[in-house]
Formats: sequence, C-alpha cells, structure tokens
Amino acid sequence: MSIIIDADTKLVISGLTGREGTFHGLRNRDYGTQVVAGVTPGKGGQDVEGIPVYDSIAESVTEAGANTSMIFVPARFAAASINEAIDSGVDTVIAITEGIPVMDMMPTYWRAREKGVRLIGPNCPGVLSPGKANVGIIPAQFFDPGRIGVVSKSGTLTYQIGNELKQAGEGNSSIVGIGGDPIVGSDFIDILTLYENDPETDLIVMVGEIGGDAEERAADFIAKSISKPVVAYIAGFTAPPGKQMGHAGAIISGSSGTAQAKKEALEAKGVRVGKSPTEAAAIAVETLRSI
Amino acid sequence: MDLLEYQGKELFARYGLPVPEGIHAATPEEAVAASEKLGYPVAVKAQVLIGGRGKAGGIKIATDKTEAHEHAGDIIGMDIVGPHGEGPFKVHELWVEVGSEIESEYYTSVILDRSEKKLLVMLSRMGGMDVEAIAESDPGALVKEHVDPIEGLAIEDARGIVARSGIPREVAEQVASVLVKLVEVARAEDATLIEVNPLIVNAAGEVILLDSKVTIDGNALYRHPELSELSDGVAEDPQEAMAKERGLTYVKLEGDIGVLGNGAGLCMSTLDVVAQAGGSPANFLDAGGGSKADAIVDALEVITSDEKVKAILFNIFGGITRCDEVAKGIIEATARIGLTMPIVVRLDGTNSEEGLALLDEAGIGNLHHESTMLGAAEKVVELAAAGRENSA
Repeated sequence: MSIIIDADTKLVISGLTGREGTFHGLRNRDYGTQVVAGVTPGKGGQDVEGIPVYDSIAESVTEAGANTSMIFVPARFAAASINEAIDSGVDTVIAITEGIPVMDMMPTYWRAREKGVRLIGPNCPGVLSPGKANVGIIPAQFFDPGRIGVVSKSGTLTYQIGNELKQAGEGNSSIVGIGGDPIVGSDFIDILTLYENDPETDLIVMVGEIGGDAEERAADFIAKSISKPVVAYIAGFTAPPGKQMGHAGAIISGSSGTAQAKKEALEAKGVRVGKSPTEAAAIAVETLRSI
Repeated sequence: MDLLEYQGKELFARYGLPVPEGIHAATPEEAVAASEKLGYPVAVKAQVLIGGRGKAGGIKIATDKTEAHEHAGDIIGMDIVGPHGEGPFKVHELWVEVGSEIESEYYTSVILDRSEKKLLVMLSRMGGMDVEAIAESDPGALVKEHVDPIEGLAIEDARGIVARSGIPREVAEQVASVLVKLVEVARAEDATLIEVNPLIVNAAGEVILLDSKVTIDGNALYRHPELSELSDGVAEDPQEAMAKERGLTYVKLEGDIGVLGNGAGLCMSTLDVVAQAGGSPANFLDAGGGSKADAIVDALEVITSDEKVKAILFNIFGGITRCDEVAKGIIEATARIGLTMPIVVRLDGTNSEEGLALLDEAGIGNLHHESTMLGAAEKVVELAAAGRENSA
C-alpha cells in the first residue's frame, strides 16, 4: 500500500494546457500515473499528447473516471479551481499552485472538510508513491519504494532527505508535501494518521519549519495516537522574528512558531529530531533497522 | 506587508471606522503646519513598524507651535528599538493627529488563527498594554471568539463578545460595530492581522481607534493596488530593496557569509547548518526553481553589495532544476561580476556530476566545491574567518 495516491489513481489536471501543467503532467504520466484528463474551460475536445481535455472537472469524472484532481492554475484562479474540484466528485485534490491569498483558502478549506474531500496543499510539491504514482512536481529519481513515509512542509528539503535515504539503501511508501502556506488542506496530523494506518509504512519522517503550531500539535498527537516511530527535522533555527522566510507561512510572530520551540515540543514527546537533514536521514535509517 | 499606523488608519476610515483626524509630515515645518491646521493639542507620532513607540519617546503631545516643532525635530531621525530588541528602526515620517482625551482604554484585534483556519476576534477592557501582558495578568479579561469563515461576524455575535468583555453598556454598541467592521476590513482587504491598541473612549463618550497595526497578505496585493503602492518601511535596507526590485526572495541577516539556496526550506536549513558550523549567515536568498545565469548574476550582485559579506555558499539540490544549468550560471556570473571573494559550491541532485565537471573545467580559482551540506558549511565558515583576518 501507500497513501493518498497509488496505481488506481486516475488523475485529472486543471491547467494541463499551460506550459508548466503540460511539462509536469506528462512527467507524471511517464512515471506511470494514470493521467486520464486535463481541464481548461473552453478547450474541451482538445488533447495534450493524447490526454483528453474537458471543459470542467465534473465532466472528466463522468467521462474519464477521474478520482483525483491536481490543480496547476495561476494563483488568482486557483481557489475557484479547487472549489470546482471539491464539488466535482473526485475524492482527492492536490493543489500545487503557489501564492493563493489566504482569505481565498479559508472558505475553500472548510468547503473541502464539509464535503469530505481530501485536500493536499496548496503551495506544495505534491505526492509521490514510489513505483506506483506521482502527482505533482516531486522528482521521482531520488526516491525508491520502501517502508519510510515522509511528510513535509518543504519541497527541496524533502528531496534532500529522500536522496540521503536512498543512498543509505532505504526507500519510501509515500512522500507527501503538505505545503508551506498559513492554511493548507491537510496538516501533519492528517498525514501521520494515514501513515499509522498504512501497513507498508514502518517509520515516519516529518519535516517541519518555522511558523504556526502544526509541529507542536503534531507532537501531542504523536504521543497519543501514533505507534510507529517518528523522526523529525525542523528548518529555520536562525530565522529572526517577524521576517518571512520564503514560504508565506514561514514567519515567526512574537515568541511562537520558533524552530527551537518545535524541536523541544517534539523531543518532549519522544520524537528524535535531527540537527541537519543528513542527521535526520541517518537517525531514520538507524531506527528503521532496529525495529 | 505591514502598514504604518497612519496607513492602517486611512484604511479604517474607508470602512467608516472612527479614527482621529490627522496629517502626514516628514519635517518639523510640515508638522507645525499640520498642527496649526488641526488645532492643539496634537499628538506627534513616529511612523515606524514597531510597537513600544510611546515608551521609546516616539509619541509626544504638543500644545503649541513651539512644542510641535521641537517634538517633530526630536522624533525625526530617532532610532526606535522594539520591546523585544527589534530594530533599530529610524524614524523618517510622522503622523500628526488631533489629541484625544482618554477616559478608557481597550484592546481589540482580528487575526488569522492558523490552527483553526478561521479569523479570531479578541477584545479586552484592559488596553494600552501588550496582549501577552493582558493574557498573563488577567486571562479572564481577554475575550476570544472565532469568526464563521463563510458568513463573517454578525452584529449579534459581536454584541455577545462585547457583553462578555465587561465593557460598559453605554459604549457597547459602538464597540460591537467596530468589531464587525474590523472583520469586514480583514476579509475585504486581505488583512491577516489587525490590532487596535488602544481602542479608546474619549471624554465625549465616543469610541475611537487610537492606534493601528495591520498586516496585509502579500499574495493578495494584486487586488489592492492602492495598498501595494504604499512605501514599505521594512524594505528600507538597501539589499532588501535591491532584491525586491529584481524579484528575489531575500532577507538580510547580521552575519558575513552570503547564502544562496534553492527552495525556502533548503535555504533555511542551509542557514542553520552554517550556524552549527560556527558561522554567521549574512542573508537568506531563495534562488527558486530556475536558477539560470541571469538569476544567479542578480542574486550574487545583491549578496555582494552587502559589504559585510566575506564568503559565499551556494547550496543547490537539483530536483526539476538541473545542476549543470546552475553550474553554467555560476561560471557566467562570476566572470561577469569579476568576483574575487571565496565561493563554496555544493551541488547535488539532477545532473550534479555534469555540473561539477563544468565547474572543474572552468578552473575558477576562488571557487571550492564540497559534496555535503555540512562539509560545505564548514569550508565556507573557515574561508570567511580567513577573510576577516585579512581585512583586519
């Protein structure tokens, strides 16, 4: 098994006809993902390298059997596209788009929760289940199939850790980028729950960064509800308060959201936290081999 | 983006919220002209993006022309340090406003609660001090309520918040109306934080917003052209201004090691590893996905325009980005700029071997490459220390 996406995923891509959408959509298909449709209003009936394009996501569900949507449209229109996906009948929406206003995401978040649709992102690299499917922009070559589940706020940092795991001979059940925005559809807790219930995941690596309190809440949740070992890495120890470090969510306000506070919260609940991505990967490998 | 006090108040006024009349001034002469027009007493207030201005001497009351001139002269050019050591922030502009007779001071704010994914309204009958201090000294005095993410704040709910706060009945309706409008401002203007401290009742029994702290979501500025044109007090730093102009994600830090990485998370992690190796990063710079030659030239120019920088670390993990492209960019950029300071490069991921081969071929004397993040950090720390000794 794996989580969120697998060999049965039938993907519809909003924004497939755009430059980035075409590039990554075709890469996802080359990896083996069933990309069954693209959606661009007004371009229904066309195709992108054999992938049929529809006018709406709902049409792609009834006509092509899509069950997962990927959003690759520009930020200004992205929340409307996510809303369309939530209402379309797919059960998972993965939003890659960066820069969506948080006031747009707030109602969209609640809409997804109300309809019971799993939303990943926005501003995330997507989800990869090695050997099964890749939805998003994660470069698959750094990840082999295996027993470590990864959940991360950051893209390149995840590739870095994945590559170190691979070099140590270990692989992944899935890699989930939850995104670095203030409001994201799924939090660490949602993904930790999925890994806990996934028989093919033996250990979880969690990659956090400054801002918000998702890591602190995850620490409490791990102590209560996760039986599998969790190894963490947190970025941003040297970030000054009040400065946004790239991601819209990566900002320390007052005394909350610091890397130190997150590390302490996790360690207090028995989660080992690596000082660098390399050390986190090494701890993960060591822990996995001692299970 | 953070708004200065007067910018926030101008925003409030557009929504019919009661703020004191005021005029912007940048010189003592302008401050006097403003004071004469408004009538005494006036408050002469430093416009900087930090709390604690009053304690720092950045807010003064003038009762006549001489005082207005004197206070404005004292405040302009002042360096204000925040209550938690932030800054210093140099004062370049003033807001001169009609003095208010304060009968009572309250606190109110509307913030984005990331944990709950809703707006949170806070109200306290104890104003004029930090919200942290209010929460500590009398937690019961701070009323908190989440706002329905679809419907906004209804006046009935606002009345409930006011009733629970213990604010006197005579002004309750005015305060409830303020809360409703502040939530409206947050939603319509994409404000992720609005803090009014103090919210006052004046001698005439009128509720007035005496201060403002507003943060606008940078991702939403495209739909608020009038806000995006405002001068951003934070970007006064020359490197940050230069980076902004070139569309780079750059944050200035205190140290002497220039850092360039790709991806926000990896870049933050690079700063941490440099610090662990005993160094002190000069900046955060996320070169992003592309990292072609032009982008690298831009980035290097911004980094090296900071005179403190003694050595530079490139930490690239190529995912979609190809390391050979990055290597070409580095080679071209160092040639174009004629950089002599030491550069440490760590390239990993897609096409890293090709990239490293290109760097070797180019034979740039001041360029070193390392295969691991930690190794690269240690090397750059060593080179920066040598640079410090040479310049000493």
